[in-house]
Formats: sequence, C-alpha cells, structure tokens
Amino acid sequence: MKKIFKRCQSLYAVPTHYCPGCGHGIAHRLVAEVVDELKIREKTIGIAPVGCAVVAYDYWNFDCSEAAHGRALAVATAIKRVHPQNIVFTYQGDGDLAAIGTNETIHAANRGENLSVVFINNAVYGMTGGQLAPTTLLGQKTSTSIEGRERKAHGYPLKISEMLALLPGVCYIERVSLESPGEVLRAKRAIKQAFQNQINNLGFSLVEVLSACPTYWGLSPKESLEWVRDVMRKEFPVGRIK
Amino acid sequence: MLNKKILISGNEAIAQGAIQAGCSFYAGYPITPQNELIAYMAKQMPKQGVFIQAESELAAINMVYGASAAGVRAMTSSSSPGISLKQEGISYIAGARLPAVIVNIMRGGPGLGNIAPAQSDYFQATRGGGHGDYHLIVLAPASVQEAYDLAQVSFDLADKYRIPVMILGDGILGQMMEPVQLSMRKIKASALKNWALTGCKGRKPNIVKSFFLREGALEEANLKLQKNYEIIRKKEERFESLFLSDAKVILVAYGTMARIAKSALSQLRCVRKKVGLIRPISLWPFPQKPFSLKNKKIKYLVLEMSYGQMLEDVRLAVGGRQPVEFLGRSGGGVPNEEQIMNKVNKILQ
Repeated sequence: MKKIFKRCQSLYAVPTHYCPGCGHGIAHRLVAEVVDELKIREKTIGIAPVGCAVVAYDYWNFDCSEAAHGRALAVATAIKRVHPQNIVFTYQGDGDLAAIGTNETIHAANRGENLSVVFINNAVYGMTGGQLAPTTLLGQKTSTSIEGRERKAHGYPLKISEMLALLPGVCYIERVSLESPGEVLRAKRAIKQAFQNQINNLGFSLVEVLSACPTYWGLSPKESLEWVRDVMRKEFPVGRIK
Repeated sequence: MLNKKILISGNEAIAQGAIQAGCSFYAGYPITPQNELIAYMAKQMPKQGVFIQAESELAAINMVYGASAAGVRAMTSSSSPGISLKQEGISYIAGARLPAVIVNIMRGGPGLGNIAPAQSDYFQATRGGGHGDYHLIVLAPASVQEAYDLAQVSFDLADKYRIPVMILGDGILGQMMEPVQLSMRKIKASALKNWALTGCKGRKPNIVKSFFLREGALEEANLKLQKNYEIIRKKEERFESLFLSDAKVILVAYGTMARIAKSALSQLRCVRKKVGLIRPISLWPFPQKPFSLKNKKIKYLVLEMSYGQMLEDVRLAVGGRQPVEFLGRSGGGVPNEEQIMNKVNKILQ
C-alpha cells in the first residue's frame, strides 16, 4: 500500500496547546513539511515569537531561538549574517510583526536580509486575551475596542504586507489563508517559495497567513473559517503582492 | 600593528580591544559621546566579522542576542539614554544565559540630559537595569590603556560565565586620547559553545530561551543564575588600592573620578595628610575585601560624578564599622581636586 500522508520529521509527535480551530497548528505543520521537503532541517534555525506561538520550539524539531516581543527580525538578521549557510526564518503574529516590531520588520526588509518570514494575521491579540491588533478589522469587537474598531479612535487595519512590498530589498510577498484544504495547499506553496528564495539568496520573503482565532472572535471553529473567507479576505485579499 | 604603542581615544581603545579579543559581531546606533567606537568598528569589524548600524538601540541589542545565540563573540555600545533602551534586550540576554559585551559611555541624565560626562548610571548598571533577578559583570576602566585591557577581559568573562558584561565609562574616558601598549594577546579559543544555534546536524535541536512556563521551572532557572552569581562574587572582584596601611581618610572612586581623586591624594600626601584610595574596578561584583579594615578611626570619602550611587555599595561593604562621607556632582559638574582636598581637610579636623 502506498503511503500518501505521514508525520513530518520536523514536527514532534506531540499534541499542541492551541485552541480548537486555531490556525497555528496548520501553519506549524506547513513550515515543517516545507523544511522536510527542502531537506534543510539540519541547517534550519527558527525564531519563535512572543504570542500564542512562543513555544513553537516545543513542536519543531530543529534549532530555535526565542526573541523579545517584536524583535524576531533583529535576532534573525544577526543569526543569518553570522551563519549565511543556515536557513533562518521568523514566525510572528500581527502584534509582534506589525505593532511592537514594525521598526525591526521594516528595516530588516529594507536591508534585504536573506530571510523568510511566516506572518500569522488573525486580527487579534490571542495570548493576552483578545485585544485590538493592528490588523483588527473596522467594526470588529475586541476587549480593548468594545464597540468595535472605530477609525477615529483606533485607525485602520494595517496592511503591512502591501507597505513592505514597496521596498526594493523585498523579493517576495504573498498573502494566503487557511480556511479550506485548497487554501492550505496554496499557503504551503507560498511558504515553500519563501524558503526556496532564501536558498537561492534572493533576499527578504514574507508570507502573510490569514488564520482563525475562534476563541477571541467569539465564533465556533467552523464559523471562524467562514469569517476568514467572507469577511477577513475582503479587507486582506489573498494572492501574490510582490 | 601589534606589540607597539599607539595614541588612541578610550572609545577606540575599547573597539580595538574587542577586535583583538575575537569579537566578530558588532551592532550599534549612533549617540554622543561614544561615536568614535561605532566608527572604529565600521572600519575594522568587516575585516573579521559583521558590522551593522542598526535602526535603533532595541534592534542593536537584539542583534547582539542573535549573534551570541549563533555562537560568536558579540558587542554593542551606546551612551546612557541608549542604554536605557537596551535594557529589555539585556534582560533577555541574561535570562537566556548568553554571553555579550555592552559598552556604556555615560552622559548626563535623567531624560535626554546632556552630553557631558557623568557616572549617574551606576544603579542601572549594577542592579541589573531591566526586569528580573539578574546581574551583569560591570567593569569600570580609569585610563585608555585599562579600557583596552578590560575590553579583552570582558569577552573572556562573558564566555566563561555565560553572562552579559558591561564596560562602564564616561564621556571623558571615551573621548580622551592616551598612549596604549597593544598586546600580543592571542585570542583564546572560545570554550565549546555546544548550546549555540548552528543547525541540528548530528545532534538534538538547541533552543535559546528565557521563557519557563511550567510550574517551578522559572524558579529553577533563577536559582541557576544565582549560583553563577555567587561564584562570580567570590572570584571576580577587581580593585586597586593605595596607601591603605596608614590612611585616616580613604577616598573611594572609580573611573574618571578616581583619576581626579589620585591627583588630590598625591597633593595631600605631599603635605603629609594620611589619605588612601580604593578604586573599584569591578562595580559588580562590588569589591568587599578592601573595606574590611578594622581600624575604627578610618573615615571613608566616596567621590562620584553622581549624587551618591556607589555610596550605597560602600556603606554596605563598610557595614557601619566606620563613617562614610560623600562628595558628588552631576549633570556636567565634576568634583575637582580643590573640592576634594577641602572636604578631606574638613574630615581630618
């Protein structure tokens, strides 16, 4: 019998701590599949974020570092410069990459650091209990935008991927989502492209992953996937940005 | 270039010392009065490693965190307001047990303060500075030669104890030029950094982290830090002392302040005043040994370019056995020889 699905070597066979319907488990798995398929596990160094995925290294079976909130791309810059032959990537949420770490993000991209970034956009702060994120949609209720995000008080959802696409140091940016098997496969192709670009020394690559947070959206896992498809993707259209 | 004397500023001497100690990663952000250091590194570091002018102090210290996690000797430098920004990263470096060297060429504060030399970051340097129960080893050179020498020592200590080491100078030390005897020092092969991130070929994955969520795990990690600090306290006290055997007044000063104290001391000795000097070189661990004198008639006079920060460590070391007096100025003011001599004469009356 032909084996068509198996565990990844780059992912430990352990249960994750993520909530039902959360996108992190799928995104972790996609990174692991890509690392396996490119046969780079033994030279990969991952940077885990501060946020729900802080213990990503409990799931990934390769070298990893934590970074302070927002600083992952500064840490990754140094590791890649010290070990240019290694494959270095960051895995960051929207608060990490697009609020507290905006400066590090923009400047690492502008330097054209030869890095891969997996950017999880779930439009909310998960680990701290569902506060307003830079990517929270207008009208979306969070624990710090009780009546819903209002442009005068909170500004607009930040489209950091489109902003980064303006920089000449950036080689590749694509936005993907995880609400259906087809989208998951597209997401994997994009993540693989981001890693392949680094192997080919092409510079800064980023994949923005629209990911569900049922717990802090106040929706069921199924409703959350529908919300990504019907609401979130209108504000954050998927596809190649650069 | 080796084994000869060169005329160089304190900032450049620290950079040259670091380069000879095998530092192969430097990230910094411009700030006065340490700009000669970053400029020297921009010129020299690419010959043996990586130089990055970071977008901020936060980025610079986190780059040092990354480079150190990757297993190389790494350094950053700044001055007071910039060092405040680096505190987050320094706490993470301490928590993750990474070696690193951080240079603070102090200027006046608080806030933006001014660019005049000061010693008012002593508390910040010796009490940790960021969040959590941790220490840095803090070394305070008083000459350009010593700045060069201690820069090299710093990297060895950082690797040996897996701890961030701070070189604490001030704007005068950073800017002034003095002759430096370059050493023929060969870079010690760094201890095998089997914890470093290099890719997991042939071994289990390495994780660099300071996050310990499981019940009891953080306490365990903190106790390991404390054990390390206990060893450092026992082994790494550094100080210079002069004329302690017959001194009635002992001046206590570090860095630039100690140089002024020495001039005052030699003038006082010329008129047979029994004055001595203790110059702490390691500010953490603060030297306890020279303060163990039993003679109850001794009086200490602490001199600082601040309003009394090291003063607290001297009082703790003296333990109430003898009186401790203080003379300090800050915000651009520096206690001069005349003020020191007047104060000593008053104490001796």
